[in-house]
Amino acid sequence: MPVIRTQEQVSKLEVGQILEVICTDPGALFDIPAWCRIHGHKVLATDSTGGESTIQLQICSDSS
Amino acid sequence: MKPKRKAIALISGGLDSMLAARILLEQDIHVEGLNIFTGFCVEGHTHAIRSKHKNKVKRNNALWSAEQIDIKLHIVEVIESYKDVVLNPKHGYGANLNPCLDCKGFMVAKAKEWMEAHDFDFIATGEVIGQRPKSQLRSNFPVVARESGAFDRLLRPLSAKLLPPTLPERAGWVDRSRLYDISGRTRRRQMELAAKFGISDYAQPAGGCCFLTDKSYSSKLQDFWNHKVERDYELDDIMLLKVGRHLRPSKQWKLIIARDAGETQYLSGYRSKFAHFSIISHSGPLTLVDGNIPAEEVEKAARLVARFGKSRYADQVDVQYTGRDGSEKMLSVSPMNPSEIPSPWYV
Repeated sequence: MPVIRTQEQVSKLEVGQILEVICTDPGALFDIPAWCRIHGHKVLATDSTGGESTIQLQICSDSS
Repeated sequence: MKPKRKAIALISGGLDSMLAARILLEQDIHVEGLNIFTGFCVEGHTHAIRSKHKNKVKRNNALWSAEQIDIKLHIVEVIESYKDVVLNPKHGYGANLNPCLDCKGFMVAKAKEWMEAHDFDFIATGEVIGQRPKSQLRSNFPVVARESGAFDRLLRPLSAKLLPPTLPERAGWVDRSRLYDISGRTRRRQMELAAKFGISDYAQPAGGCCFLTDKSYSSKLQDFWNHKVERDYELDDIMLLKVGRHLRPSKQWKLIIARDAGETQYLSGYRSKFAHFSIISHSGPLTLVDGNIPAEEVEKAARLVARFGKSRYADQVDVQYTGRDGSEKMLSVSPMNPSEIPSPWYV
């Protein structure tokens, strides 16, 4: 679900804006960066502490 | 210059759908992928939850496949609209609670919606004649094309030469002579094709990506429906069926007992919605109570819970019970002996 929610949010943002995703699904640390690579967005940072994952990404393409 | 034609390819994460998309890329078609999230196809998620899978790559195979062949992947969430497919399949179920033929028609219909909304030209799937019972029978291929509304805008590149030419072939968007005539259950030709395209790593095709094809999962889902007033489900219900041991000592309630630390962490996210047990005196799993447990049966449940932790051989185990209203009760119990646990309790 985190990657789907990320996809939804990204579609509302403009190039250059930054989105921070916070979730408890450990798979998101793999899936969201993969989704970003496919769609041309930039992962700025990832972190995983205390069962919570954080992924910060920047919108680099408006063609998602 | 001819306009570049655009295909939306259904990508499940398996080899066949990846190959179908890759075949079209060879023909200079613009291909993007579509993955349909029903709530039942989250194997990667389950791997992420369970500690015993920690050495497995926690990848979403659909995303991974798309990345391998360098196409975009769009994920469409259909949890609500998919319920009717699961609850009322027009073509019935397969060996378990898998409504495969209805599901295929539903997914192609979703792809058609996407195609029309994004001005794409046709749909591609990795379907192979005869590969799976029912949904991939040759006689059912036209059923999917018809019931989805895609008709001849649905191309199956792996089996296309065994099927009547579709619009993309007749119109010359796709060269039919460069499509394939693969049929049957063996994967030999797909593997040869993968090697030809330089694809060496792909998800092993074993029963598809859907939990509804799984006997154990279907048994839990059937039990869930048997003990509900209405035959329905919400996302949390079907997610919880993927996690933990499920034991039903009563028609009114069952226990969902985490099998490892990963599942305990996952289930802990549900503590505010469910009554639950935690073993205090020993290391042990978090256990959710699904249903209404009468006060006089709390001790029996606590003894059962104590059986599934490091406490199983202890004389006395301290177990904390937390009701749905947040009320807490401490119990000191002896773990249930395996001989006291009837096998029908295991769902």
